[in-house]
Amino acid sequence: MTTTTKNLVVLGAGTAGTMVVNKLRKRLPATEWAITVVDKDDIHDYQPGYLFIPFRMNKPSQIRKTKRPYLNDDVNLVFGEVERVDAEASQVHLADGTVLSYDQLVIASGTTPRPDQTEGMLGEEWHKSVGEFYTYDGSIALRKQLDAWTGGRLVIHITELPIKCPVAPLEFTFLADSYLTERGLRDKTEIVFVTPLDGAFTKPMASKRLGKLLTQKNIVVETDFMIESVDQEAKVIRSFDEREVAYDQLVTVPLNMGADFVAASGLGDELNYVPVDKHTNRSTAYENIWALGDASNLPTSKAGSVAHFSVDVFVENFEDAIAGRPLSQSFDGHANCFIESGGGKALLLDFNYDTEPMGGTFPLPKVGPMSLLKESRANHLGKLAFRHIYWNALLPGHPLGLRADMQIAGKIPV
Amino acid sequence: MTTTTIAGHEVEVNEEGFLTNPAQWSEDLAPELARLIGIETLTEDHWKLIRFLREDHAAMGETATLRRASTQTGMPVKTLFTLFPVKPAKKMAYVSGLPKPKGCV
Repeated sequence: MTTTTKNLVVLGAGTAGTMVVNKLRKRLPATEWAITVVDKDDIHDYQPGYLFIPFRMNKPSQIRKTKRPYLNDDVNLVFGEVERVDAEASQVHLADGTVLSYDQLVIASGTTPRPDQTEGMLGEEWHKSVGEFYTYDGSIALRKQLDAWTGGRLVIHITELPIKCPVAPLEFTFLADSYLTERGLRDKTEIVFVTPLDGAFTKPMASKRLGKLLTQKNIVVETDFMIESVDQEAKVIRSFDEREVAYDQLVTVPLNMGADFVAASGLGDELNYVPVDKHTNRSTAYENIWALGDASNLPTSKAGSVAHFSVDVFVENFEDAIAGRPLSQSFDGHANCFIESGGGKALLLDFNYDTEPMGGTFPLPKVGPMSLLKESRANHLGKLAFRHIYWNALLPGHPLGLRADMQIAGKIPV
Repeated sequence: MTTTTIAGHEVEVNEEGFLTNPAQWSEDLAPELARLIGIETLTEDHWKLIRFLREDHAAMGETATLRRASTQTGMPVKTLFTLFPVKPAKKMAYVSGLPKPKGCV
């Protein structure tokens, strides 16, 4: 009896891509499925660490590793720039001319900050007085800026939603407040939080809680601000409705977009995200294409927790799909986000497509140890500890003992 | 949810005044909805956007964001701010009888 080996190709070896190949490699016999993952370089950053770099809470060396050691030995790792996917022919074309044929394709190419999409954002002052903390280089540059800070207007700004880790800009704001207080510079600093939303966050209940925290910490919030341009000379950002916010240090979150090859392949929406079924991550256009992690258009937060929970659901469904069975699992949009609130404390949010963040404890009802929707030291320690869990358990695909679907027990509506 | 009469039609609206059932909308409601938010005349450009929003909602099941409306109609974001001043995404949806865009999660 002869069997032909089938090909699973995964585009992107970040959080979602690494988890998915490691989990599937354990489930799929190598005689039946070859697994290939493609990425442009051999760097794997623990992205939540970017937030901590400017405040010296993580060292750059703690958050940057190489990819290969985190991938199962029986997974092929190909370095290359994806040019396009020919979905009709089930082939991936790389920029160097390599063609990879696939039976099943997973797009896990994430989302990327695109400062080039806002007039005046890139320029002489980029990574100086116009800073960002969504890249390795950007977070290190921002550390330098904060080191030299003597006071003035610190403006934290979000260009447009959706963004990777939507709570991170708020966390940056709270951490800056706390950091500047410790350094005796808070009275000399005006902190302004500028958002295109009509409140502090996207979810009404959390928005109210977080809005209150901002007020308590004497942080000014400028809402409904749709940026048109950055004027690096005048040091102001301007909105489409002609408001201006002046800054001495701008910390911006540029427009986030999916990979350009997604657009070039005709597989993306207006922000290059792959439209998928929100319960299965299967492409709405092609049955043998799936998008995981930030690369999809799932209507929930672009966050590592979502990648994690949805990958758990996906691996079950993938086995159904290749066996020709109907998909048995349904992803509920579960997201779980730590929010650093400064002073060694953090909040924790847990929500899904249908349920707003609730109070209570996590992960165990009544026991916790972490509390939802309110500040605690345990939450902060949980967030710090997660870096180790990420490298040692999450990426290798070991079970974390957390359920993929959101649990209501132990939660209290607020 | 309350029932109100707009341009002679009985429609259901939420606490912000948005129609809760897109099917209760018809083109003759648009000028009256626009007037309620201070837009006196609907130009051809307004209509281009309203029709795009209606068709896109019917196809996608949700209201287009500002960026989607801009890229799909080819009208610059700045123009959308001129046509529906201050909060164009919400105002376009309101006049088109659609829920305000989520766009933000």
